[in-house]
Amino acid sequence: MSLPGPKPRSNLEELLEGIWKQNPVFIMMLGMCPTLAVSVSAVNALSMGLATGFVLSGSTLLVSLIRNIVPREVRIATYILIIATFVTVVDYLIQAISLAIYEALGAFIQLIVVNCIILGRAEAHAARNPPLRALLNALGMSMGFTIGLLALGAVREILGAGKLFGISLFGPDFQPWVVMMLPPGGFFVLGAWLLFFNWFNRRKTPVASDKPAQGHAHV
Amino acid sequence: MSETLPQIFFGALLANNFVLAMFLGLCPFLGVSGRLDTALPMGAATTFVMLVASLCAFGLNWLVTTFHLEFLRLIAYIVVIASAVQLVEMVLKKHSPALFRALGIYLPLITTNCAVLGVALFQTAREYDFIQALTFATAGGAGFSLALLLMAGLRERLQLANVPNVVQGTALVLMLAGLLSLIFMGFAGLGAGE
Repeated sequence: MSLPGPKPRSNLEELLEGIWKQNPVFIMMLGMCPTLAVSVSAVNALSMGLATGFVLSGSTLLVSLIRNIVPREVRIATYILIIATFVTVVDYLIQAISLAIYEALGAFIQLIVVNCIILGRAEAHAARNPPLRALLNALGMSMGFTIGLLALGAVREILGAGKLFGISLFGPDFQPWVVMMLPPGGFFVLGAWLLFFNWFNRRKTPVASDKPAQGHAHV
Repeated sequence: MSETLPQIFFGALLANNFVLAMFLGLCPFLGVSGRLDTALPMGAATTFVMLVASLCAFGLNWLVTTFHLEFLRLIAYIVVIASAVQLVEMVLKKHSPALFRALGIYLPLITTNCAVLGVALFQTAREYDFIQALTFATAGGAGFSLALLLMAGLRERLQLANVPNVVQGTALVLMLAGLLSLIFMGFAGLGAGE
Protein backbone atom coordinates (compact mmCIF):
# COMPACT_ATOMS: atom_id res chain seq x y z
CA MET A 1 0.00 0.00 0.00
CA SER A 2 2.51 2.64 1.13
CA LEU A 3 5.86 3.30 -0.50
CA PRO A 4 8.82 1.32 0.86
CA GLY A 5 10.60 4.54 1.85
CA PRO A 6 14.03 4.95 3.38
CA LYS A 7 12.98 4.41 7.00
CA PRO A 8 14.25 1.20 8.61
CA ARG A 9 11.87 -1.67 8.26
CA SER A 10 10.66 -3.89 11.04
CA ASN A 11 11.57 -7.55 11.07
CA LEU A 12 8.03 -8.50 10.16
CA GLU A 13 8.10 -6.28 7.10
CA GLU A 14 11.40 -7.86 6.16
CA LEU A 15 9.77 -11.26 6.27
CA LEU A 16 6.62 -10.26 4.44
CA GLU A 17 8.37 -8.40 1.66
CA GLY A 18 9.17 -11.53 -0.32
CA ILE A 19 5.71 -12.98 0.04
CA TRP A 20 3.70 -10.18 -1.48
CA LYS A 21 5.29 -6.83 -2.30
CA GLN A 22 8.40 -8.26 -3.92
CA ASN A 23 7.21 -11.74 -4.77
CA PRO A 24 10.07 -13.28 -6.77
CA VAL A 25 7.81 -15.05 -9.25
CA PHE A 26 5.04 -12.58 -9.94
CA ILE A 27 6.62 -9.20 -9.26
CA MET A 28 10.37 -9.50 -9.71
CA MET A 29 10.21 -12.16 -12.42
CA LEU A 30 13.34 -13.86 -11.16
CA GLY A 31 14.12 -17.54 -11.36
CA MET A 32 11.79 -18.12 -14.27
CA CYS A 33 13.48 -21.23 -15.61
CA PRO A 34 12.83 -23.60 -12.71
CA THR A 35 9.47 -21.95 -12.14
CA LEU A 36 8.16 -22.88 -15.55
CA ALA A 37 10.02 -26.14 -16.05
CA VAL A 38 9.18 -27.80 -12.78
CA SER A 39 5.63 -26.63 -12.18
CA VAL A 40 3.89 -29.45 -14.03
CA SER A 41 2.45 -30.73 -10.78
CA ALA A 42 1.87 -29.38 -7.30
CA VAL A 43 4.18 -31.93 -5.68
CA ASN A 44 7.08 -31.06 -7.96
CA ALA A 45 6.46 -27.38 -7.41
CA LEU A 46 6.44 -27.80 -3.66
CA SER A 47 9.66 -29.81 -3.53
CA MET A 48 11.40 -27.38 -5.84
CA GLY A 49 10.24 -24.49 -3.68
CA LEU A 50 11.55 -26.16 -0.53
CA ALA A 51 14.88 -27.06 -2.12
CA THR A 52 15.38 -23.53 -3.40
CA GLY A 53 14.31 -22.15 -0.04
CA PHE A 54 16.92 -24.23 1.73
CA VAL A 55 19.69 -23.04 -0.57
CA LEU A 56 18.47 -19.46 -0.40
CA SER A 57 18.28 -19.33 3.39
CA GLY A 58 21.57 -21.16 3.93
CA SER A 59 23.59 -19.15 1.49
CA THR A 60 22.05 -15.86 2.56
CA LEU A 61 22.92 -16.53 6.18
CA LEU A 62 26.49 -17.44 5.31
CA VAL A 63 26.95 -14.49 2.96
CA SER A 64 25.65 -12.17 5.61
CA LEU A 65 27.99 -13.63 8.24
CA ILE A 66 31.09 -13.14 6.12
CA ARG A 67 30.00 -9.89 4.51
CA ASN A 68 32.72 -7.83 6.17
CA ILE A 69 35.57 -10.23 5.43
CA VAL A 70 35.13 -10.74 1.69
CA PRO A 71 36.95 -8.23 -0.54
CA ARG A 72 34.68 -6.43 -3.00
CA GLU A 73 36.47 -7.68 -6.11
CA VAL A 74 35.87 -11.37 -5.48
CA ARG A 75 32.47 -11.17 -3.84
CA ILE A 76 30.44 -12.56 -6.74
CA ALA A 77 32.78 -15.52 -7.12
CA THR A 78 32.56 -16.14 -3.39
CA TYR A 79 28.75 -16.02 -3.43
CA ILE A 80 28.59 -18.42 -6.36
CA LEU A 81 30.88 -20.87 -4.59
CA ILE A 82 28.79 -20.72 -1.43
CA ILE A 83 25.59 -21.24 -3.41
CA ALA A 84 27.08 -24.11 -5.41
CA THR A 85 28.12 -25.80 -2.18
CA PHE A 86 24.61 -25.59 -0.76
CA VAL A 87 23.14 -26.86 -4.01
CA THR A 88 25.45 -29.86 -3.93
CA VAL A 89 24.22 -30.58 -0.41
CA VAL A 90 20.59 -30.32 -1.47
CA ASP A 91 21.25 -32.45 -4.54
CA TYR A 92 22.53 -35.33 -2.43
CA LEU A 93 19.86 -34.73 0.20
CA ILE A 94 16.95 -35.07 -2.22
CA GLN A 95 18.55 -38.13 -3.75
CA ALA A 96 18.62 -39.66 -0.28
CA ILE A 97 15.07 -38.67 0.65
CA SER A 98 13.12 -39.53 -2.48
CA LEU A 99 14.50 -40.91 -5.70
CA ALA A 100 11.17 -40.33 -7.46
CA ILE A 101 11.26 -36.58 -6.81
CA TYR A 102 14.94 -36.51 -7.71
CA GLU A 103 14.15 -37.97 -11.11
CA ALA A 104 11.13 -35.74 -11.67
CA LEU A 105 13.12 -32.58 -11.00
CA GLY A 106 16.15 -33.84 -12.94
CA ALA A 107 18.82 -31.35 -13.86
CA PHE A 108 16.81 -28.52 -12.38
CA ILE A 109 18.04 -29.31 -8.88
CA GLN A 110 21.60 -28.59 -9.93
CA LEU A 111 20.39 -25.62 -11.90
CA ILE A 112 19.32 -23.97 -8.62
CA VAL A 113 22.89 -22.63 -8.68
CA VAL A 114 22.00 -20.27 -11.48
CA ASN A 115 18.64 -19.24 -10.06
CA CYS A 116 18.85 -15.46 -10.19
CA ILE A 117 16.84 -15.03 -6.98
CA ILE A 118 19.62 -16.47 -4.88
CA LEU A 119 22.50 -14.50 -6.31
CA GLY A 120 20.29 -11.43 -6.48
CA ARG A 121 19.39 -11.68 -2.80
CA ALA A 122 23.00 -12.34 -1.80
CA GLU A 123 24.20 -9.27 -3.66
CA ALA A 124 21.31 -6.90 -3.01
CA HIS A 125 20.35 -7.80 0.53
CA ALA A 126 22.50 -10.25 2.45
CA ALA A 127 25.74 -8.42 1.73
CA ARG A 128 24.36 -5.31 3.43
CA ASN A 129 22.37 -6.61 6.35
CA PRO A 130 23.06 -8.41 9.62
CA PRO A 131 22.42 -12.18 9.66
CA LEU A 132 19.01 -12.14 11.35
CA ARG A 133 17.45 -9.67 8.94
CA ALA A 134 19.06 -11.39 5.97
CA LEU A 135 17.70 -14.72 7.09
CA LEU A 136 14.20 -13.34 7.65
CA ASN A 137 14.21 -11.76 4.23
CA ALA A 138 15.44 -15.00 2.67
CA LEU A 139 12.73 -16.99 4.43
CA GLY A 140 10.10 -14.58 3.12
CA MET A 141 11.50 -14.82 -0.38
CA SER A 142 11.54 -18.61 -0.16
CA MET A 143 7.91 -18.64 0.90
CA GLY A 144 7.02 -16.23 -1.87
CA PHE A 145 8.82 -18.39 -4.40
CA THR A 146 7.16 -21.55 -3.13
CA ILE A 147 3.74 -19.90 -3.22
CA GLY A 148 4.37 -18.73 -6.76
CA LEU A 149 5.48 -22.19 -7.83
CA LEU A 150 2.46 -23.78 -6.15
CA ALA A 151 0.09 -21.33 -7.82
CA LEU A 152 1.47 -22.37 -11.18
CA GLY A 153 1.83 -26.06 -10.38
CA ALA A 154 -1.66 -26.40 -8.97
CA VAL A 155 -3.33 -24.72 -11.95
CA ARG A 156 -1.33 -26.76 -14.42
CA GLU A 157 -2.02 -30.02 -12.61
CA ILE A 158 -5.74 -29.32 -12.23
CA LEU A 159 -6.21 -28.34 -15.85
CA GLY A 160 -3.71 -30.70 -17.39
CA ALA A 161 -4.46 -33.86 -15.44
CA GLY A 162 -7.61 -33.15 -13.43
CA LYS A 163 -5.71 -33.83 -10.23
CA LEU A 164 -4.28 -31.94 -7.28
CA PHE A 165 -1.35 -33.44 -5.36
CA GLY A 166 -2.10 -36.64 -7.27
CA ILE A 167 -5.72 -36.86 -6.07
CA SER A 168 -8.27 -36.97 -8.83
CA LEU A 169 -10.71 -34.06 -8.64
CA PHE A 170 -13.26 -34.48 -11.37
CA GLY A 171 -13.79 -38.23 -11.63
CA PRO A 172 -12.99 -40.41 -14.63
CA ASP A 173 -15.00 -38.43 -17.19
CA PHE A 174 -12.67 -35.45 -17.09
CA GLN A 175 -11.04 -34.71 -20.40
CA PRO A 176 -7.53 -33.53 -19.47
CA TRP A 177 -6.25 -30.35 -21.06
CA VAL A 178 -2.92 -31.89 -21.96
CA VAL A 179 -1.32 -28.75 -23.36
CA MET A 180 -1.19 -27.31 -19.85
CA MET A 181 1.31 -29.98 -18.83
CA LEU A 182 3.46 -29.29 -21.89
CA PRO A 183 5.90 -26.38 -22.17
CA PRO A 184 3.44 -23.92 -23.80
CA GLY A 185 1.08 -24.42 -20.85
CA GLY A 186 3.75 -23.09 -18.49
CA PHE A 187 4.03 -19.86 -20.44
CA PHE A 188 0.25 -19.51 -20.75
CA VAL A 189 -0.50 -20.08 -17.08
CA LEU A 190 2.20 -17.69 -15.86
CA GLY A 191 1.01 -15.14 -18.41
CA ALA A 192 -2.54 -15.56 -17.15
CA TRP A 193 -1.46 -15.06 -13.53
CA LEU A 194 0.37 -11.88 -14.47
CA LEU A 195 -2.70 -10.68 -16.35
CA PHE A 196 -4.73 -11.31 -13.25
CA PHE A 197 -2.34 -9.31 -11.06
CA ASN A 198 -2.19 -6.49 -13.59
CA TRP A 199 -5.95 -6.33 -13.61
CA PHE A 200 -6.10 -6.54 -9.81
CA ASN A 201 -3.58 -3.74 -9.30
CA ARG A 202 -5.35 -1.58 -11.83
CA ARG A 203 -8.64 -2.01 -10.03
CA LYS A 204 -7.05 -1.01 -6.74
CA THR A 205 -5.55 2.17 -8.18
CA PRO A 206 -8.23 3.22 -10.62
CA VAL A 207 -6.92 6.49 -12.04
CA ALA A 208 -3.88 7.48 -14.04
CA SER A 209 -1.07 5.31 -12.68
CA ASP A 210 0.06 3.43 -15.76
CA LYS A 211 3.11 2.02 -14.05
CA PRO A 212 3.32 -1.68 -14.88
CA ALA A 213 3.47 -4.02 -11.93
CA GLN A 214 6.84 -5.48 -12.77
CA GLY A 215 10.32 -4.90 -14.00
CA HIS A 216 11.87 -2.64 -11.40
CA ALA A 217 13.94 -5.12 -9.59
CA HIS A 218 16.91 -6.24 -11.62
CA VAL A 219 20.03 -6.26 -9.54
CA MET B 1 25.11 -43.36 -27.48
CA SER B 2 23.06 -44.24 -30.51
CA GLU B 3 22.18 -40.66 -31.35
CA THR B 4 23.68 -39.47 -34.60
CA LEU B 5 25.09 -35.96 -34.96
CA PRO B 6 22.21 -34.56 -37.06
CA GLN B 7 19.80 -36.00 -34.52
CA ILE B 8 21.56 -34.19 -31.70
CA PHE B 9 21.82 -31.00 -33.70
CA PHE B 10 18.22 -30.69 -34.81
CA GLY B 11 16.96 -32.09 -31.55
CA ALA B 12 18.60 -29.33 -29.55
CA LEU B 13 17.91 -26.67 -32.17
CA LEU B 14 14.22 -27.26 -32.80
CA ALA B 15 12.45 -30.17 -31.13
CA ASN B 16 13.99 -29.63 -27.69
CA ASN B 17 14.73 -25.97 -28.16
CA PHE B 18 16.53 -24.74 -25.05
CA VAL B 19 14.26 -21.81 -24.42
CA LEU B 20 10.88 -22.88 -25.72
CA ALA B 21 10.81 -26.56 -24.80
CA MET B 22 13.25 -26.95 -21.93
CA PHE B 23 12.82 -23.58 -20.23
CA LEU B 24 16.51 -22.78 -20.06
CA GLY B 25 17.74 -19.22 -20.30
CA LEU B 26 14.44 -17.47 -19.79
CA CYS B 27 15.80 -14.40 -18.02
CA PRO B 28 17.73 -13.05 -21.02
CA PHE B 29 14.95 -14.34 -23.27
CA LEU B 30 12.45 -12.09 -21.52
CA GLY B 31 14.94 -9.30 -20.82
CA VAL B 32 16.96 -8.76 -23.99
CA SER B 33 14.39 -9.67 -26.61
CA GLY B 34 13.04 -6.14 -26.91
CA ARG B 35 15.05 -5.18 -29.97
CA LEU B 36 16.55 -7.11 -32.86
CA ASP B 37 19.91 -5.36 -32.84
CA THR B 38 20.71 -6.38 -29.27
CA ALA B 39 19.16 -9.82 -29.60
CA LEU B 40 21.64 -11.02 -32.21
CA PRO B 41 24.87 -10.13 -30.34
CA MET B 42 23.39 -11.48 -27.13
CA GLY B 43 22.67 -14.76 -28.89
CA ALA B 44 26.18 -14.86 -30.33
CA ALA B 45 27.83 -14.10 -26.99
CA THR B 46 25.77 -16.76 -25.24
CA THR B 47 26.56 -19.31 -27.95
CA PHE B 48 30.26 -18.59 -27.57
CA VAL B 49 30.12 -19.00 -23.80
CA MET B 50 28.18 -22.23 -24.29
CA LEU B 51 30.88 -23.63 -26.56
CA VAL B 52 33.63 -22.70 -24.11
CA ALA B 53 31.61 -24.11 -21.23
CA SER B 54 30.94 -27.32 -23.12
CA LEU B 55 34.64 -27.76 -23.95
CA CYS B 56 35.73 -27.12 -20.38
CA ALA B 57 32.96 -29.24 -18.94
CA PHE B 58 34.12 -32.13 -21.06
CA GLY B 59 37.66 -31.87 -19.71
CA LEU B 60 36.52 -31.24 -16.15
CA ASN B 61 34.15 -34.17 -16.21
CA TRP B 62 36.98 -36.45 -17.22
CA LEU B 63 39.18 -35.04 -14.46
CA VAL B 64 36.49 -35.28 -11.83
CA THR B 65 35.54 -38.86 -12.70
CA THR B 66 39.16 -39.97 -12.84
CA PHE B 67 39.85 -38.72 -9.35
CA HIS B 68 36.41 -39.72 -7.98
CA LEU B 69 35.49 -36.21 -6.95
CA GLU B 70 31.97 -36.18 -8.41
CA PHE B 71 30.69 -33.94 -5.65
CA LEU B 72 32.95 -31.17 -6.96
CA ARG B 73 31.54 -31.33 -10.49
CA LEU B 74 28.91 -28.63 -10.13
CA ILE B 75 31.27 -26.23 -8.37
CA ALA B 76 33.96 -26.75 -11.00
CA TYR B 77 31.50 -26.12 -13.84
CA ILE B 78 30.17 -22.89 -12.43
CA VAL B 79 33.64 -21.49 -11.79
CA VAL B 80 34.68 -22.20 -15.37
CA ILE B 81 31.52 -20.61 -16.76
CA ALA B 82 32.01 -17.51 -14.64
CA SER B 83 35.55 -17.16 -15.96
CA ALA B 84 34.42 -17.62 -19.56
CA VAL B 85 31.84 -14.89 -19.14
CA GLN B 86 34.47 -12.59 -17.68
CA LEU B 87 36.57 -13.22 -20.79
CA VAL B 88 33.74 -12.38 -23.17
CA GLU B 89 33.01 -9.27 -21.16
CA MET B 90 36.60 -8.03 -21.41
CA VAL B 91 36.79 -8.71 -25.14
CA LEU B 92 33.51 -6.91 -25.82
CA LYS B 93 34.45 -3.96 -23.64
CA LYS B 94 37.65 -3.50 -25.59
CA HIS B 95 36.34 -4.05 -29.11
CA SER B 96 32.77 -2.82 -28.99
CA PRO B 97 32.01 -0.48 -26.08
CA ALA B 98 28.65 0.51 -27.59
CA LEU B 99 27.46 -3.07 -27.65
CA PHE B 100 28.89 -3.57 -24.17
CA ARG B 101 26.68 -0.79 -22.87
CA ALA B 102 23.63 -1.98 -24.78
CA LEU B 103 23.78 -5.44 -23.26
CA GLY B 104 24.31 -3.92 -19.83
CA ILE B 105 23.54 -6.06 -16.84
CA TYR B 106 22.57 -9.02 -19.02
CA LEU B 107 26.17 -9.64 -20.02
CA PRO B 108 27.53 -10.61 -16.59
CA LEU B 109 24.23 -12.39 -16.05
CA ILE B 110 25.19 -14.93 -18.73
CA THR B 111 26.93 -16.59 -15.80
CA THR B 112 23.56 -17.23 -14.26
CA ASN B 113 22.00 -18.17 -17.59
CA CYS B 114 20.71 -21.65 -16.97
CA ALA B 115 21.14 -22.52 -20.63
CA VAL B 116 24.91 -22.39 -20.26
CA LEU B 117 25.10 -24.53 -17.16
CA GLY B 118 22.35 -26.64 -18.71
CA VAL B 119 24.57 -27.51 -21.69
CA ALA B 120 27.31 -28.65 -19.35
CA LEU B 121 24.96 -30.67 -17.15
CA PHE B 122 22.98 -32.29 -19.94
CA GLN B 123 26.03 -33.36 -21.92
CA THR B 124 27.37 -34.98 -18.77
CA ALA B 125 24.08 -36.68 -17.98
CA ARG B 126 23.72 -38.03 -21.52
CA GLU B 127 27.36 -39.12 -21.69
CA TYR B 128 28.09 -37.42 -25.00
CA ASP B 129 31.54 -37.88 -26.45
CA PHE B 130 33.66 -34.91 -27.49
CA ILE B 131 32.20 -34.30 -30.96
CA GLN B 132 28.64 -34.92 -29.77
CA ALA B 133 29.12 -32.45 -26.92
CA LEU B 134 30.35 -29.73 -29.27
CA THR B 135 27.44 -30.35 -31.65
CA PHE B 136 25.04 -30.19 -28.74
CA ALA B 137 26.49 -26.90 -27.50
CA THR B 138 26.44 -25.34 -30.98
CA ALA B 139 22.85 -26.38 -31.58
CA GLY B 140 21.81 -25.25 -28.13
CA GLY B 141 23.36 -21.83 -28.69
CA ALA B 142 21.84 -21.57 -32.16
CA GLY B 143 18.45 -22.57 -30.76
CA PHE B 144 18.72 -19.94 -28.03
CA SER B 145 19.64 -17.29 -30.60
CA LEU B 146 16.80 -18.40 -32.87
CA ALA B 147 14.23 -18.09 -30.10
CA LEU B 148 15.64 -14.72 -29.05
CA LEU B 149 15.53 -13.40 -32.63
CA LEU B 150 12.00 -14.63 -33.27
CA MET B 151 10.82 -13.03 -30.07
CA ALA B 152 12.63 -9.75 -30.76
CA GLY B 153 11.07 -9.59 -34.21
CA LEU B 154 7.61 -10.18 -32.79
CA ARG B 155 8.08 -7.61 -30.06
CA GLU B 156 9.30 -4.96 -32.50
CA ARG B 157 6.11 -5.50 -34.48
CA LEU B 158 4.04 -5.31 -31.33
CA GLN B 159 5.28 -1.80 -30.64
CA LEU B 160 3.01 -0.71 -33.46
CA ALA B 161 0.04 -2.77 -32.39
CA ASN B 162 -2.74 -1.46 -30.24
CA VAL B 163 -2.76 -3.75 -27.24
CA PRO B 164 -5.22 -3.40 -24.35
CA ASN B 165 -3.63 -1.73 -21.34
CA VAL B 166 -3.95 -4.65 -18.97
CA VAL B 167 -2.13 -7.06 -21.24
CA GLN B 168 0.94 -4.94 -21.78
CA GLY B 169 4.33 -5.85 -20.41
CA THR B 170 5.57 -9.23 -19.36
CA ALA B 171 2.17 -10.89 -19.51
CA LEU B 172 1.99 -10.27 -23.24
CA VAL B 173 5.53 -11.52 -23.78
CA LEU B 174 4.72 -14.71 -21.90
CA MET B 175 1.61 -15.31 -24.00
CA LEU B 176 3.70 -14.84 -27.13
CA ALA B 177 6.32 -17.22 -25.79
CA GLY B 178 3.56 -19.74 -25.19
CA LEU B 179 2.41 -19.47 -28.79
CA LEU B 180 5.97 -19.81 -30.08
CA SER B 181 6.47 -22.80 -27.87
CA LEU B 182 3.28 -24.32 -29.25
CA ILE B 183 4.64 -23.84 -32.77
CA PHE B 184 7.96 -25.43 -31.86
CA MET B 185 6.09 -28.46 -30.57
CA GLY B 186 5.33 -29.14 -34.20
CA PHE B 187 8.97 -30.13 -34.57
CA ALA B 188 8.61 -32.91 -32.03
CA GLY B 189 9.90 -36.15 -33.46
CA LEU B 190 12.65 -34.40 -35.36
CA GLY B 191 15.97 -35.54 -34.00
CA ALA B 192 16.39 -37.24 -30.67
CA GLY B 193 13.38 -37.08 -28.38
CA GLU B 194 13.68 -36.93 -24.65
